[in-house]
Formats: sequence, structure tokens, C-alpha cells
Amino acid sequence: MSVESHRGAPKEPQNGVNVGRRVFLGLAALGALGVAFGNSVHNFVGDAVGSGLGGLLPGGDRFRIYSITGTYPKIKRDKYRLKVSGLVDHPTTFTLADLQSMPKTSFTKAFQCVTGWRVPDVHWEGVKLSDLLDRVGVKSGAVAVSFDSYDNADTESLTLEQAHLPDVIVAYSMLGAPVTTEHGGPVRLYVAPMFGYKSLKWLSGIRVVDAIEPGFWEQNGYPVNGWLDGTTGPNNPDPGLT
Amino acid sequence: MSIAQAPATSLRVLRFDRVQRDAHWANALLFFSLMFTAIPLYFGSFFGIVLPRHLIEMIHLWSGLALPLPIIISWIGPWGKAMRRDVRRINYWTREEIRWMRTLGRSRLEADKFNPGQKLNAIFVGASIFVMLVTGAMLQWFRFFPVPWRSGATFVHDLFAYAISFVVVGHIVMALTHRDTLRSIFNGRVSRSWAERHAARWLREEQPDHTER
Repeated sequence: MSVESHRGAPKEPQNGVNVGRRVFLGLAALGALGVAFGNSVHNFVGDAVGSGLGGLLPGGDRFRIYSITGTYPKIKRDKYRLKVSGLVDHPTTFTLADLQSMPKTSFTKAFQCVTGWRVPDVHWEGVKLSDLLDRVGVKSGAVAVSFDSYDNADTESLTLEQAHLPDVIVAYSMLGAPVTTEHGGPVRLYVAPMFGYKSLKWLSGIRVVDAIEPGFWEQNGYPVNGWLDGTTGPNNPDPGLT
Repeated sequence: MSIAQAPATSLRVLRFDRVQRDAHWANALLFFSLMFTAIPLYFGSFFGIVLPRHLIEMIHLWSGLALPLPIIISWIGPWGKAMRRDVRRINYWTREEIRWMRTLGRSRLEADKFNPGQKLNAIFVGASIFVMLVTGAMLQWFRFFPVPWRSGATFVHDLFAYAISFVVVGHIVMALTHRDTLRSIFNGRVSRSWAERHAARWLREEQPDHTER
């Protein structure tokens, strides 16, 4: 027992103001408002000051770099190969130059992570997945497309129908420059109408198959159809998200 | 220790008991664990340098879930008497204290155990732990929340992370520039002259016999 604890307890403040409770509730309310409206505020600020400045603000437009393995596979651009196989007429291995010589598709669309962060106005450039599939020729009986990564861990899948959407691309350029290693370069998938986990990084192989093979994230509980609006599909995407 | 055994220390006043000191350092340890794991999670280019990402995530998650425990454990139970009294001191402000805060320290004040700045720091940290815990849980178990809420929770978690970092840096700077005060979070005690200068009201309440002498 310490000396002091034997002494009389300090008098209860008779007319004290409970500032603690006020500040606590105030900050909690601020937090709740931020959760409810932070997305709109952030989009407004981002539109007002541009995404360059917006990136410096808290909660700014910043990619959060994920990797399943904890490292980035580093692939030299001239060593890069994309193997397309499975139920196709002409199994083909593409180099980066092969992909770049094909008809180019580019557009500007947001990258939306399923956990909530979002980077608006990302410029993407690459080859439509449907063009690539047409090039190799999809055999009858094919139902889905599976994707493999150079990290030997991530896998993804799309139905053949999803794979033919015009904004599903094999991307070699992003943010106005070749896709960097941390963003999944030299070549990655970008599935615009779905959450970011569907846009597999370090794309190494495309296999045309006769059944959907749930990918890495789907095996860990994410929906196989990662539509941005959560349910309905590509014809009715959430206007707030794209 | 008893009065009889400790004539020397009776000249020094107990500011933080063992329970409070341990709670403070457990809290600080968890905070630094959170901050150092947040950096690679937040700034992608840092990660993969020391530990694999999912390990960093796990450390961040468990440190975050454990963060309220030092305060709660030191506050409940028979060992929490001093903590409970200090929480009460921190919560209840006199008019003089409110005026002191409004005038940024220019009005006269017979200081309590903590000055209004210190009290505000403690309240802010307590409230922020709550906000970070709730928004962090929303980000971890995001499936239960609509996407705009997830974005909002990310926004708030980021914003409060910045704010807390500034406040904690300020706290450390103040501690390092006030060595007598700093010492009391290690050995619990302050000198009577310190208490007379910085916490006269507290000293009067705590040891009326000494001040009346």
C-alpha cells in the first residue's frame, strides 16, 4: 500500500464540467460522420483539387500495395512470357512485344478495392482479353478462363462471358507508364467492372477451361463474381463506384 | 510501503502507481507496434523489407485489438483505484481549467494533478483508441458493411492515424523537455517542489498535512 492511498480521496468535483465525456462523444461522432460521409467528402475534395493533391491528403488516392507472398516477382520486360493454353485451337506464348503489336485498348477507370480504398481516374492500356481469346481460338465446350501469376500463389477466374466484356483487358500500361513491378508489371489483368482482387497481378498464364476454378481470394471467402455493385452484374454497375 | 518504513520517500509524492505505469508502457508498446506495422501497410514501397505482409497484418490486427486492454485492465478491479481517480480528474474540469485551455494557458490556474493540456491529450488518446478500434474492425471485417462505409472507415482510420501520430510526437517532445515529469512515469514519484510548481491543487488535496505545515 502506498502512502497516498491512505489519505482521503480527493473531493468529487462538485460543479465540474465533464469535458472528458463531451470530447469523447464529439470525436466519436466525428468518426461516425466520417464513416458515413467520408467517401463523398473525399470524392468531392478529390474532384476539387485533383487526384494529384488528393493523394497527399489523409485517405488520399493512394494504392495500397498487396502481395500474397510478401514479395514482388521481378520479371524483365524482354523475358516476359504469357502462355495461353487449354481449350484453344492454337496454344500460344506471347511476348510483351507480341501483346503491344496487337490492337490497343485504353480507357480511364477507377481501381476499387473490396476493402474500401479507391483510386479514381487511373489510365489503363493493353489488349482486350476477348481479342486475345479470338487470336488463339476458343474451342466449343469452354466455359471459363483461369489466370495464373508469376508469384505462383495468386489465381483468378472469369466466365467466358465475363472475359469478353470490353473493359476486361490484359494491361501493360497503367497510370501513363509501363505497369510497375509493385502494380503487377510488366503485364497484369484489369477487370474494370469488378473489385481489385479480380485484377490479377504479374499475369503468367491464361487457361481456357470447362469449369470455373475459384481463385486464391475466392478460396479465402471473396465472391467469385466480384461485381462492384455486389450483386446485379455488369449491366447495372453502381454509378457511385465507376 | 508504509509511512513508517519510508521517511525519505514521503518527501516525494506518488504520481503514478505501479498499475498505471505498467498500463502506460503496455499502451506505448502496443502503439509503437501499431505505428511500425502501419508504415509498410500504408506506404507500399516500404513493405516486404523486413517481414512478409500477412505477418505484418497479423501483428497490426492483434496489437489493435489489444490496445484498449491496458487502460481497461488498469481501470477495473481492486488494483485500479488510482487509475479510476485519475480518469475522474481528467474528465471533470473546473471553470478555471476551461478558461485556461481557452486562453491557451494565459489565465491563472492552480493546477490539478494534470494541467488541462495533459487532460485533453489523455481524452483525445482515449477517444481515438475507440475510433481506431471501430474503424479498424470495419476494415478487417469489411464484408458486413456497404462499400461506401468501407471507404469512409478507411478515410477516418487514416485521418485519425495522422492526428494521433502528431499528438504522440508532441507528447514525447513534452516528456523529453520536462525531465522531472518524465521521471515519474518510470519510478512513479515527483518531488514536492515539482508538485508545488505544477500541481498545487493536487498536492493540497493529496497531502493536506504537508501543505498546512
